[in-house]
Amino acid sequence: MPKHEKLLQIKNLTLYFRTQKGDVQAVDGVDFDLDYNRAVVILGESGCGKSSLAKAILRLLPRNVSKYTGSIVFEGNDVMKLSDEEYRQNVRWVAMSLVPQAAMNALNPVIRVGDQVAEPAVVHLGLSKSEALQPALKMFRHVGVPDDFIDRYPFELSGGMRQRVAIAMALVTSPGLIILDEPTSALDVLTQANIFNVLKRIKQELGTSFILITHDIATSSELADDVAVMYAGQIVETSDAKRFFHEPLHPYSQKLMASVPRLRQEKDPEFITGQPPSLINPPKGCRFAARCPKRFEKCAEEPPVIEKDGRKVRCWLYA
Amino acid sequence: MSNVTTNTAEVKMTPSSEKQPLLSIQNLRVWFELRRFGFGHAGWVRAVDGVSFDLAAGEAIAVVGESGCGKSSLMKSILGLYKPTEGEIVFDGTKMSEYDRAKMRWYHSRVGYIQQDPYGALPPFMTVARILEEPLIVAGVKDKAEREQRILKAMEEVKLTPQDDFLPKFPHMLSGGQQQRVVIARAMIMEPKLLVADEPVSMLDASVRVEILKLLRSLQENHNLSVIYITHDLATVSYFSERIFVMYAGKLVEKAKVQQLLHNPLHPYTHALLAATSDPDADNATRYRDVPPGEPPSLVKPPSGCRFHPRCPKAIAGLCEKEDPPHFEPEAGHLVACWLYKQD
Amino acid sequence: MRSFINTLKEIGRYPSAIAGLVIIGVLILISVYALVTIPYDEAVRLWRGGEDIWYANPKTAPPAWYNFFSRKKQPVTLTLSSQRGEAEREVLPGSAEATDINLTYTFDYQYDDFPTELTFYFTSKFAAKQPFVAIRWVTPDGRELRVADFGINARQTYRATQDEKLKRRLGGLSPEIGLFADPNSDPDNPTPLKGTYQIRIEGVVFEPESDINAEFVLQGKLAGWAGTDHQRRDLMVPLLWGTPVALAFGLVASLGTGLLTMIIAAFGVWYAGWVDELIQRITEINLVLPFLSILIMVGTFYSRSIWTILGVTILLSIFTGGIKSYRAIFMQIKESTYIEAARAYGASDMRIIFLYLIPRIIPLLIPGLISGIPAFVFLEASLAVLGLGDPVLPTWGKIINNALTNGALYNGQYYWVLEPAALLMITGLAFAMLGFSLDRIFNPRLRGL
Repeated sequence: MPKHEKLLQIKNLTLYFRTQKGDVQAVDGVDFDLDYNRAVVILGESGCGKSSLAKAILRLLPRNVSKYTGSIVFEGNDVMKLSDEEYRQNVRWVAMSLVPQAAMNALNPVIRVGDQVAEPAVVHLGLSKSEALQPALKMFRHVGVPDDFIDRYPFELSGGMRQRVAIAMALVTSPGLIILDEPTSALDVLTQANIFNVLKRIKQELGTSFILITHDIATSSELADDVAVMYAGQIVETSDAKRFFHEPLHPYSQKLMASVPRLRQEKDPEFITGQPPSLINPPKGCRFAARCPKRFEKCAEEPPVIEKDGRKVRCWLYA
Repeated sequence: MSNVTTNTAEVKMTPSSEKQPLLSIQNLRVWFELRRFGFGHAGWVRAVDGVSFDLAAGEAIAVVGESGCGKSSLMKSILGLYKPTEGEIVFDGTKMSEYDRAKMRWYHSRVGYIQQDPYGALPPFMTVARILEEPLIVAGVKDKAEREQRILKAMEEVKLTPQDDFLPKFPHMLSGGQQQRVVIARAMIMEPKLLVADEPVSMLDASVRVEILKLLRSLQENHNLSVIYITHDLATVSYFSERIFVMYAGKLVEKAKVQQLLHNPLHPYTHALLAATSDPDADNATRYRDVPPGEPPSLVKPPSGCRFHPRCPKAIAGLCEKEDPPHFEPEAGHLVACWLYKQD
Repeated sequence: MRSFINTLKEIGRYPSAIAGLVIIGVLILISVYALVTIPYDEAVRLWRGGEDIWYANPKTAPPAWYNFFSRKKQPVTLTLSSQRGEAEREVLPGSAEATDINLTYTFDYQYDDFPTELTFYFTSKFAAKQPFVAIRWVTPDGRELRVADFGINARQTYRATQDEKLKRRLGGLSPEIGLFADPNSDPDNPTPLKGTYQIRIEGVVFEPESDINAEFVLQGKLAGWAGTDHQRRDLMVPLLWGTPVALAFGLVASLGTGLLTMIIAAFGVWYAGWVDELIQRITEINLVLPFLSILIMVGTFYSRSIWTILGVTILLSIFTGGIKSYRAIFMQIKESTYIEAARAYGASDMRIIFLYLIPRIIPLLIPGLISGIPAFVFLEASLAVLGLGDPVLPTWGKIINNALTNGALYNGQYYWVLEPAALLMITGLAFAMLGFSLDRIFNPRLRGL
């Protein structure tokens, strides 16, 4: 039984990168919570900072970080206070793990997939190599990779199978939370559907929580319990999936939903004119204002986060 | 050039319209030889294995299939990049197999190509001006002023305006949507008759995706272009295609008008594709998708008979694994290669 | 053009690149200076050498800057010529028959040791009557010594050091010692008197058209800013001239190798099939051929001309590991979709190779070309050290070669080896520093933050 109220509470998480042109405010004051056995989807377009958010949560930082602040409370512990070594030993892959973008192409081509899946268990749980093959085999079954694939090399597997192996690698240490960064963007529809079936089964059988980072709204609904929409480094809306997919609040979310092509819809989808702002010097006030059809005078000021029936939206329309 | 063409080739299937076909693919096979140690024959990859269809002038079709189903090889043969192993591609009444160099160059200028990854499709060391000038130079447009004129016009058409802002830029200075517009402008610059679009929006963000699709549709309508739209995403197909061809393991398994296919899919594989395509809906998270077991077959040793039979939930034992199904036409203009629709 | 300016701006961010560029700039200035002041023919003539060119220099004299590092200052070789206006000339027309021509040489002597040779080279113009000269030596303390008086021919050499009469007049002290000795010092262990010396040559000519000139050479223990070798040649000549030779050889070899390797690799990758196979096999064979041995054989049996060696070097360097790594990169680029697009609009093979494949790797190529230069500079020097240097051109390697064959290190003549070696190292360092920085600029993945 859960010992704490929330699995993960993120408050005011900020991550800036130093570049030649100035600081890139990739993650700028992000707040959200995640319950046990829930999946939250972080929706956003390329360059909105969603992958940086994953890196910030897992503290997988490049060298050019200029600001990294906020709090990440995982099962009641503020992991931001841990040293890098403590974090590596107690949090990364033990409490939460990652399926990185294009993970299926990131497998080591000269190591058998079984050994690769067992590796995190060796490193983080201190198991011997032969002991670690047991949980590896178990995870192979969970993700639907046949047992005998354990001795194969990555090139002998199809893209979908390799993606399952990458998920097994994130699962093998039984973390409470798995962060998936665009897990299916390079895969075909049938494979995509298959992978989401696997993720749903894992969520049901192992009680794992997920943070799913994606730009693909249609497939994101395959796993989402909650949705957080990210725009220009900030979260502009958080909502439960049911109400979000039915009736998004933020004008950006509305536009985004309207842009999704649907299989049997007669109405043409819309598009959003203009470009997202640069993260180096984001505009004052609401960052979406320049592209927003519902903009009014107030939007020149920084909008507050407004709570509305358990949903949160960063927009003056709801003030 | 007149739109009326005299097509001497034998037309095997009923075209969806009364127009004469601009492009006719006749029993096309594209096989690649596998070699052992650089020589020694080791088998064939049957990437395209007997594909036929006609494309009318001004018509847009979509070829849908998973990666490795042979749709790229089909597309590259149509672009003249692969030599067909068997069969014929007839363009505007002329057989591609009989083209000499000059005629091939003419053909290349009649066909525009739009690629999936706009950044990869643009040489990173060339400016937009240079990128758009290249096809004109290659096609032998000698007059510099004329080239400039055509570049400006093509940019106008894809709404890369004001042109002077974009001409000196390198691809990495542009957003994804702008890069894709440059790719489209390059494909359009020779004023082609046929556009081959390989997943033109799958790498783009949702908000620009629709914009590009609409641009393609307006170009198609304004120029009476024929379009071959290759994709794995059924959801975007209906926005500008009239017919859909579903491809599986080197063969077209179903050919139909878009609405026919979306509302009355016939082939079990098409069913599976449609079932796996999601519209955003919170209920998706609570149910499992019905996905056929297994994976697409190897094109080196495809299954006997119907190539989908090992994964097919409705396979008829004793028939499907033995005999390759021909195309049946259960409703007008809707063809399907499946024994379930065998007519007596 | 703009990207070039941006590259320059980027370079400004790397101090090592700037240092490299500055050194290369200096080396280029030296080259230009060498080529302008010592034209090719002159350089070849000076390097061929001989007593009539280098008579004024002592053999294997260390450079003048040795004095900076030793407390006991050694005399530096000094040449004063009246023809070059380094003497005060006084013409006193006395009578119709005789004209006095006085030449006064003034020099400062601040050394703690005596010179080795004192020589006067006279030239005179006369029809029948020989001019007459008297040499007077004025020491800093005002003593005036008679050195010699004699009649001179059109060319006449007077070696004071070997003048026994002078030696006797100086109380048995050898003239090079006696003329400089401090009269207050211990006669058995004399020390030189420091100060300004004056030599007065009092000449008398007996014809109106007649003239006298004299060159005074004081051969010290040190000579020039670079020292001299066993043939009295001033090492400044090969040090200066070695710079353009080294730079040209390095640049041409590196550029030639780099560009040809790249083009051949591009052709192999683009046409694939037997073309690629052939290039691969040639490379594999070439990789096991002993590079240096072949060069030595070419040098020994065919020609030691620097151009021959350069050509063979390029030829042998093309088909090496570089072609394999370019091949790997080109294989990747060949699959790029922009190449596919170019094929789809009908670009020809040549167009694709030269305008689409090759430009893509120019950013990778440039740092490699720059960092590749030192290797070829060293190669040329190594060949020269092995005795395969160009027969006529003065180069750094030849200096080292001469030094080694003449036992420079054994005799403690370190300058002879160190000077060219230092230049080689500086050149290598400069190109390496610039090359590595360029690598970071062109390959952002290596960039430190």
